[in-house]
Amino acid sequence: MPVGNLTANGAGRRHVLDLDDFSPQEIAAVLDNSRAMREVLGRDIKKVPALRGRVIVTLFYEASTRTRISFEEAGKVLSADVINMSASGSSVEKGESLLDTGLTLQAMGINVIVIRHPHSGAPYLLARHLDRVSVVNAGDGLHAHPTQALLDLYTVREKLGKLEGLKVVIVGDVLHSRVARSDLWGFAKMGAKVTLSGPATLLPPEFLRCKGRLPESHALASVQVDTDLDRAIDGADVVMALRLQSERQDGGYLPSLREYVRRWQVTEGRLSRARPGALLMHPGPMNEGIEVSAAVAHGDNSAIQEQVTNGVAVRMALLYQLTTGNT
Amino acid sequence: MTPSPETVLIQNARVIDPSRNLDLTGDILISGGKIVSAEAQVPPEGLPQGCQVIPAKGLVACPGFIDLHCHLREPGFEYKETIATGTRAAAKGGFTSLCCMPNTQPAIDSAAVVDFILRRARAEGVVRVFPIGCVTKGRHGKKLAELEELASAGAVAFSDDGDPVHDANLMRRALTYSADLGRPISNHCQDRVLSRGGVMAEGWTATLLGLTGIPAAAEEAMVARDLALAELTGGRLHLAHLSTAGSVALVMQAKERGIPVTAEVCPHHLTITDTWALGNKGTNGDSVGTGGYDTATKVYPPLRQQADVDALVDALSEGIIDCIATDHAPHDVVSKRVTYQDAAFGISVLETALGSLMQLAHRGKLSINQLVERLTVGPAKVLGPSFTDLATLKPGTPADIVLFDPDLEWTVDTRQFISNGKNTPLEGVKLKGRVAVTLVEGKVVYQALNTREQGS
Amino acid sequence: MSQEDIQRALVRIAHEILERNRGSKELVLVGIHTRGVPLARRLAKHINQFEGNEVPVAQLDIGLYRDDLSQRSRLKLYPTSFPAPIQAQKVVLVDDVLFTGRTIRAALDALKDFGRPKQVQLAVLLDRGHRELPIRADYVGKNIPTSLEEQVKVRLTETDGRDEVALVRPEDSGK
Repeated sequence: MPVGNLTANGAGRRHVLDLDDFSPQEIAAVLDNSRAMREVLGRDIKKVPALRGRVIVTLFYEASTRTRISFEEAGKVLSADVINMSASGSSVEKGESLLDTGLTLQAMGINVIVIRHPHSGAPYLLARHLDRVSVVNAGDGLHAHPTQALLDLYTVREKLGKLEGLKVVIVGDVLHSRVARSDLWGFAKMGAKVTLSGPATLLPPEFLRCKGRLPESHALASVQVDTDLDRAIDGADVVMALRLQSERQDGGYLPSLREYVRRWQVTEGRLSRARPGALLMHPGPMNEGIEVSAAVAHGDNSAIQEQVTNGVAVRMALLYQLTTGNT
Repeated sequence: MTPSPETVLIQNARVIDPSRNLDLTGDILISGGKIVSAEAQVPPEGLPQGCQVIPAKGLVACPGFIDLHCHLREPGFEYKETIATGTRAAAKGGFTSLCCMPNTQPAIDSAAVVDFILRRARAEGVVRVFPIGCVTKGRHGKKLAELEELASAGAVAFSDDGDPVHDANLMRRALTYSADLGRPISNHCQDRVLSRGGVMAEGWTATLLGLTGIPAAAEEAMVARDLALAELTGGRLHLAHLSTAGSVALVMQAKERGIPVTAEVCPHHLTITDTWALGNKGTNGDSVGTGGYDTATKVYPPLRQQADVDALVDALSEGIIDCIATDHAPHDVVSKRVTYQDAAFGISVLETALGSLMQLAHRGKLSINQLVERLTVGPAKVLGPSFTDLATLKPGTPADIVLFDPDLEWTVDTRQFISNGKNTPLEGVKLKGRVAVTLVEGKVVYQALNTREQGS
Repeated sequence: MSQEDIQRALVRIAHEILERNRGSKELVLVGIHTRGVPLARRLAKHINQFEGNEVPVAQLDIGLYRDDLSQRSRLKLYPTSFPAPIQAQKVVLVDDVLFTGRTIRAALDALKDFGRPKQVQLAVLLDRGHRELPIRADYVGKNIPTSLEEQVKVRLTETDGRDEVALVRPEDSGK
């Protein structure tokens, strides 16, 4: 089932699964509304009635602090009723029970399911089989994390005033990063130039091997790859460091954390090669001293705290969008 | 199966018999389950009373298809398929002989299980069923199964199916030991370390979907190993469902060097690519639609890229790949209505095979005669000389015959499937070419309700 | 209405506001997005000219307070800002057209999230009737009787490049 007859600004959208089916206009519209949501968050009374009577379930099959609370706050500020559901932390629930859960929630009249799942594509399973519920992807396996990408875009646009033409360097474990995948779509669609950097073992082999494979018209055709971070960071407007899972050492991806730190840690020295005023970002949770040096993490360039605040606003804007024009 | 005593006349068909390089318009006369003649027109006056006449104008008549590789799931997984449903699905797809893989429960690693399957097939089946025995006990890859006992009981080949023989030394012994049994070892080539965690082909689509890819090298590494072992031992190696251009190149080199190897390829690997996992039947371009993560596309070996498909089609056309096998892998609904990662590997193929493959003929990649050859003579050769009679229309041989309309357009609707496995990515897809009548030993085991012949 | 008509109406409303509130003390003008905002600014300008002191102008987007969200295609939100507190002030809501009254109801709901005004008044450029709620304007530029099918188009220089009020009949709307 295709997403439906979307207009350019996204009216009629029912699901948020990834940014690959967002037009640049729709992304811009969400970012514009996010600004209005930031204003609401700045009020003494952080409550507007927009989603009164709507029920949102956050269905998390993976541990999460910021994303879950961020969605919960977003829903509550908009006056929706938010129910948190978590799968037992120990055993990953099987897919069929995932679909059963979705159907049950639909039968209960839930309006929006915000789902995080360790398997890529889990939200698509729900979207395909549920016809009266909006599905919002809060992170699926290695695939996508569209609301994180939107908040990254929003943060950059607010701080630097634009997205088009910016040089964005994403550094680290791109291979296992759903944030990176969605960021790629988001930044590329908004006209930024993205360079991926990190150990070759942690970059998607397709990007390494298939330079120029994509037609020039493709949104991701402009993506560059450079394993040399010192070179990649040159003139960057945004440097996004990704979380490195320590177990990557075991899979033969990395000789050691020590070597990773030496070659790919974002340090003051490396950041000095970026443009003055360049932003340092991190989707969190951060291993301070691994992906990013402590000085940089708390330095003037860091927009990491800002990202978190913006996350609530962006998610409010998305929930608002899904609820308007969809009965 | 009792041979049909009656006389049957197939009239005015395009008779294609690759075993004799025959392609002409004519009649096929069958009596007592055997072919009497398959060439000239038979004058109606001479027919005995009560002769069943099948008008076949516009239909191709050829030897029934032989499938070297399918999963009938019995015993052990009857909720996925049974010998009864699987053989009926086969008949609908034009297959008159099935070789069934031993990944049953229990596995086909003893004469008792072979015997069970043969008895069930006689009682419930409508086409011929030939069990494939295990290479190793329980398919555990540790100890050789009693290969001679399996062969004597009726196993026509050996395979550990989806759990390839990983221990190279054991594979060497298996090839050496089985050499005098006249039966091939069919290996599913997959280096399980290289493919670990993989659920689809490594490539751009997997990158977009965030799914772990299986590199072509996982297949090719073991193909190369097995070819080296076949050369070393002189054993009969058959390579199951090749899926990559690299494997084709390896097989070509091996054949040039005279290594005794045969190879098969599946209809899906000849016709569709990994982009079908993005949803919308591969038309989604480079992004994921709501229909993305279509678990019906999850199969092993995985659907690969266009360059692989092209190489496989060429190899089939040139005879580097000897035959087509379905790898019919039916599953219950629940096994596929889950996330891509959790979904079972496999496609239900028997009922769509001909329609898919006919695309190749309609696009001029292979002639219909070549296709028929790769579905009949090709697989029979892999199994050995005793199977030649099942792949010909020569007088005196069993009348295993399929009639199909090469140009009939139809839309795949899994609700119409006889197979219990509704798991196909082709649901809703239009195909051109469909089986009209299937006969096994002169007896009609499948007849379509709406062939053009009967509609006119 | 022509540009001059609009101008005259706004000048008159500015006078009425001052008259009724005995000057501009404690006044806050709150423009409702989109066209209420430039109208509020213009009223403030006139008031400043008459009184010589700055009246604060706030802007309010009522998108998040609508009761018909699910029936509308996606609504763009505009910035809401209150440069001065409205607590214990006299708030004059400003909008271009008063129709069903639902926008004003939403605006009243929104206002209470920003404080508790002493009084809320309503100024509109046009009143086209057809109220669905017990709401009336305190200051009206012009009453225009309309049928439900008709549309009233208000254009302002700040948002549309020129000042104009036009009545669009359904048969004209395709043009």
